[in-house]
Amino acid sequence: MNRRDFLLSLAATSCIPGCQPQTSARLPNGEMLGPSMERGHLLRGRDFPAPSETRKTGVAIVGGGIAGLSAAWKLNKSGFGDFHLLELEYVVGGNSRSGKNAVSAYPWGAHYLPLPGVEARETRELLSDLGVLQGDPYAETPSYDERYLCFAPQERLYRNGLWQEGILPQIGATKTDLEQYRRFFDLLEQFRQRRGASGSRAFAIPAARSARDADLMALDGISMRQFLLQHKLDSSPLHWYVNYGCRDDYGSDYAIVSAWAGLHYFASRNGLAENAESDQVLTWPEGNDWLVKQMQKGFSERIVSGALVHRMEETKSHVELDIFLHQENRSVRWQADQVIFAAPMFVLPHMFEGLDESLKQACQQIRYAPWLVANLTLNSLPNPGHGAPLSWDNVLYDSPALGYINATHQSLRTHEGPTVLTYYRALSGEPDKNARQRLFDTPRQQWADSILQDLSRPHPDIRSKVTQLDLFRWGHAMSMPMPGWIWSAARERLTVPHGRLHLAHSDLSGFSIFEEANYWGVKAASNVLWRLGFIPWKSL
Amino acid sequence: MSVALLISVFVVASCGLAYELVAGALSSYLLGDSVTQFSTIIGTYLFAMGIGSYLSRFVVKGLVARFIQVELLVGLVGGFSAVLLFMVFAWVGGPFKLVLYSLVLLTGTLVGLEIPLVMRILRQHYGLKDLVSQVLTFDYLGALAVSMAFPLLLAPHLGLIRTSLLFGLMNALVAAWAIWLFRNQLAGIKALAAQCFLVTALLFSGMLGAERLTSLAEENLYADEIIYTETTPYQRIVLTRWKDDIRLFLNGNLQFSSRDEYRYHEALVHPALQAIKQPRRALVLGGGDGLAIREILKYPEIEHITLVDLDPHMTDLFKRLPMLRALNQDALLSPKVSIVNADGFQWLDKSNDFYDFIVVDFPDPTNFMLGKLYTNTFYRLLEKHLSQHGLAVIQATSPLYARKSFWCINQTLQSVGLKTAPYHALVPSFGEWGYIIAGHRPYTPPESYNSDLRFVNASLNPVLFQFPPDMAPVETEINRLNNQVLVHYYESEWKHQAP
Repeated sequence: MNRRDFLLSLAATSCIPGCQPQTSARLPNGEMLGPSMERGHLLRGRDFPAPSETRKTGVAIVGGGIAGLSAAWKLNKSGFGDFHLLELEYVVGGNSRSGKNAVSAYPWGAHYLPLPGVEARETRELLSDLGVLQGDPYAETPSYDERYLCFAPQERLYRNGLWQEGILPQIGATKTDLEQYRRFFDLLEQFRQRRGASGSRAFAIPAARSARDADLMALDGISMRQFLLQHKLDSSPLHWYVNYGCRDDYGSDYAIVSAWAGLHYFASRNGLAENAESDQVLTWPEGNDWLVKQMQKGFSERIVSGALVHRMEETKSHVELDIFLHQENRSVRWQADQVIFAAPMFVLPHMFEGLDESLKQACQQIRYAPWLVANLTLNSLPNPGHGAPLSWDNVLYDSPALGYINATHQSLRTHEGPTVLTYYRALSGEPDKNARQRLFDTPRQQWADSILQDLSRPHPDIRSKVTQLDLFRWGHAMSMPMPGWIWSAARERLTVPHGRLHLAHSDLSGFSIFEEANYWGVKAASNVLWRLGFIPWKSL
Repeated sequence: MSVALLISVFVVASCGLAYELVAGALSSYLLGDSVTQFSTIIGTYLFAMGIGSYLSRFVVKGLVARFIQVELLVGLVGGFSAVLLFMVFAWVGGPFKLVLYSLVLLTGTLVGLEIPLVMRILRQHYGLKDLVSQVLTFDYLGALAVSMAFPLLLAPHLGLIRTSLLFGLMNALVAAWAIWLFRNQLAGIKALAAQCFLVTALLFSGMLGAERLTSLAEENLYADEIIYTETTPYQRIVLTRWKDDIRLFLNGNLQFSSRDEYRYHEALVHPALQAIKQPRRALVLGGGDGLAIREILKYPEIEHITLVDLDPHMTDLFKRLPMLRALNQDALLSPKVSIVNADGFQWLDKSNDFYDFIVVDFPDPTNFMLGKLYTNTFYRLLEKHLSQHGLAVIQATSPLYARKSFWCINQTLQSVGLKTAPYHALVPSFGEWGYIIAGHRPYTPPESYNSDLRFVNASLNPVLFQFPPDMAPVETEINRLNNQVLVHYYESEWKHQAP
C-alpha cells in the first residue's frame, strides 16, 4: 500500500458515519417469534403416535383465539361445564396475544376494540360481564370504564416532515382533495344511516346482521378502488386514506378488497357512549390480550394447551379427536358429543376426515394476509418532532407499514419515560403466497433494519433509543375479504352447523375483527347448548 | 515599550475591578442584601490589595518573570472565581462565604502585587513623578471603563461566569504580551510561554464549557440572574434571584416568587384546612418545594404529612439549600413529614390510605401528560382517598386568564360527586389565581384563622369566594382521559394572554 492509498483508505473510513446509512452493526437485540410453525406443519406429515388413552368430553373447542374463547366463555356463563378447549400453542389468545417486559406489556396483534353498536349484543354482553361496559349492555349509549377508553390524543399522521392530528391528510390537501373528502364522507354518512328492506343497518357489526338488499350486496362484486373511481373520487390523499383503512383492518390493498368490506370498515362503527365520542376505541397496553386474560378466568382449568388436533372424524355417537400433546410427546383420543372448530378454516381439511367436499372447497378458497409485527423497546421517547404530539396511533404517510402504537399510552403515568412501540406491517400489494415466502425468508436483521429505516424518517434519533426489537411473523394473520367472497354461497356454507361440527371463527365473516370472532364463538356455543338441551345465558 | 506597558496597566486595572464587581454581584444574588455584600467585599478586596502591595517588596529577582506569573495566576483565580462560587453554592451548599472571602483575599492580594511590580519595571523609563502620574492615570481609567461596562454590557449580556472568564483571558493576554515584549531579556522563556499557554487554554475551555453551565439563550429567558440550574430526568429546575426575590422555574414556568409565595400558599392551605375538624393526616401531591407543608405544619393537631413529588432532585434541593430551607422553614426536615418520590397518579392508584386534607398542587395542564392529573378519573381516585369529613384543595390555574380552564376543573370535580367551593386570591407575581376546595359535604368557610397569617383572615372570606363578572362561571365540558379538553382550553386561553 502506498501513501496515497493509505490516505484514501483513511478518508474512506472516517467518512463512514456521515456518508453511509447505518447498517446492521447498530441493530438492537431481539427475538423472532411466531405461531408454532413446526407443530402446525406436523399436520401435513401425518406422523403421529397412536393414541395411548381415551378421554370424553361434552364439547371440544378446537382453537383458543377469540372465537374459541368466546364459545368457552358462553358455555361457562350458561352454567355448562362439560367442555374442553384445545389449543395448539402454549398460550391462548390467537391474534390477540401479547408480550411483556420491564417497561410495559405490549400487543403482538389485535390491540383495540371500537365502541360496539347495539347490534353487537354478544360483544356488549361480554364487555359488561368484564366490567368494561357499565350499566345496561343493550342501551343505545352505555358508559365505559374510562381507563379503557383510549386516552387523548388518539391519532396523528406524519406527512412531509410534519405530524398532524387525525389520520385523514389535512396539511397540503388541495381544494379538490377537500371537496372529495366531503363527498366521500357524505356517501359514508348515507350508508351509515341507511336501513335495508328488513330494517337492518346497511353495514352492521356483526356483518351477519347487515341488510341484504341486492344493491348493497352487489358492492361485494367490485373492489374498493373501483368504488371510489366509479364515484369520480380520484384524490390521491383520499385514495391513500381509504387504502390505509383496508390495509389496517384487512391486511390487503384496496384494489383487492371488496367494496362492501371497504365500506363496512368506514360505515359500520357507530357505537355510542355516554362518556366518549362514537369514533373512539377501547384499548389496553397489552391490546386485546387484556380481554383474553379476563375472559379465560372462569374456565382456565378447561384449557388444554400445547395440544395439536391431528385427526377428527364424526361417528354415529360422537366425534373422535386425536390429539398430539406436545409436551408429553404422545397422542390421546377424545370423544366429544359436539365440536366447535374455532381455528382458521384453512387447517380444517387437513384435520377432518370425510369432510364434505363443498365445505372443503370453501375452506380452501380463503386467502390469508401475512403480517409482520415488531415491538421496539425505547429507553426514552424519541424527540417530539414538529406538529401534533405523540399519540396512541401514529401513522406514516409514505410507508410500507401502518405506523405504530404507543404501548404506554394507557398508563396513568404523568411523566415521560421508557416505552414500547408496536409497529405493524401488513405485507399487502403482492400475492399472499409470495408475501408469505418473503416474510419467512427475510432474516431478522434485514427486517429490523428496514423498520428502523422507516421510523428514522419521523424520528432521526430512534436508533439511539431502541434497546430491544422483537419481531412476530404471522403467516396467516387474517382472511382477506376479496371481491365476491363475503356474499358467496361458499362462505355462507361455513356458517351453518354440519352434524356435530360447528364452525366458529372470523373467517366465517370473511374478515378478521374481534366482534366477528366473538359473534361466531357465542353463536356456536348457543347452538351447541340448544342441541344438548341447555338454555344459553342471555342473547341468542 | 513603555506605551505597551501602560496599556497593560489599563487592562490589569480593569481586570482587578472586574473580579471585585463579579464577587460583589454574585454574593448579592446568592445571599441577598447587596449593601452588606458589596461593602464587605470591597473592603476585603482593598485590604487584600494592601497585602499584595506589601508583599511586593519581597519580590527581588526576575521582576518581569514574576509579573508575568502574577498575571497568569490572577487570570486563573479571578477568571474561574464565578464558576467556582456557583459550584460551591449549588452543589456543596455549605462553606460558601468561606470560599467567597478566601477567593476575594487571594485575588485582591495578587492584584495588589501587579501595580507595584509594573511601577518597578517602568522605573527604567520614567522619573518617579511621571511614573506615578502615568501609572495611576491608566489604573483609574481602567477602573472607570469596567465600572461602566459591567452593569451596562457585561453582566446582562455575558453573565457573571463568562464575564469573569473573559477578564481572566485578558490577564493571560497581558502576560503573553509581556513575554513577547521582554523576549530578549527573559530567562526560562519557554517555561513561561508554556504556563501562559496552559492558563489561556484552561480559560478558553472554561468559556466554551460555560455555554453548558448556563446557556446564553436560557439566560435571556429569565429577567433575573440564574443562581442555580439542574436538569433532572423529569424537568429543568432553574432558580433566579434579584435582591431578596428568589424565583423557582420548572421547565421555564414560574412556580413561585419568594416575595409573594406566602399569599399563594396561605390561600392554598388555610381556607380548607382551618375548616376541617380535627385534621390528623394530610397528603400533599406535587409541591416538592415544601411551602404548602410549611403552612400545614402551623396546625399542631396534624400528626402526619405525606408528600408525593415525582422528582427526588426537587425535594432534595429544598431539603438542602440553606436559602430554600429558610424559605420553607425546614418543612421537609420535619419528623411529621414523609416524602415519597413517585408519580402522583400512579401512587394514588395504588395507595389504600385515607386523608383528612389533600393538597393537589400540580403544574398547570400545559400538556397531555399533566392534563391527566385534572381528569374525572383522577378526581374519582382523589375522592376515594378523602376521609368522610375531609377536604381537598386543588390549584386550578387563573380564573381570570384561563377562565374556561378554571371552571372546567370545577365542573370535572363536581362530575364525580364532589361538592366544590371555588375561590381566588391575588398573588402579584402570578396575577389573579384560582383554587377549588372539594369534599363529600358542602364547605363552609371558617369564622377565624390562625393569627400568624400574613394574608388570609376571616375578613377576606367574601373576597375569596365571590367571583366578579369577568371571572364568573362558564359552561364547559368535563375533562376526561379520552378527551383532555382542559389541555385545549388552557392552550387557547394562555396563547391569547401572552404579552
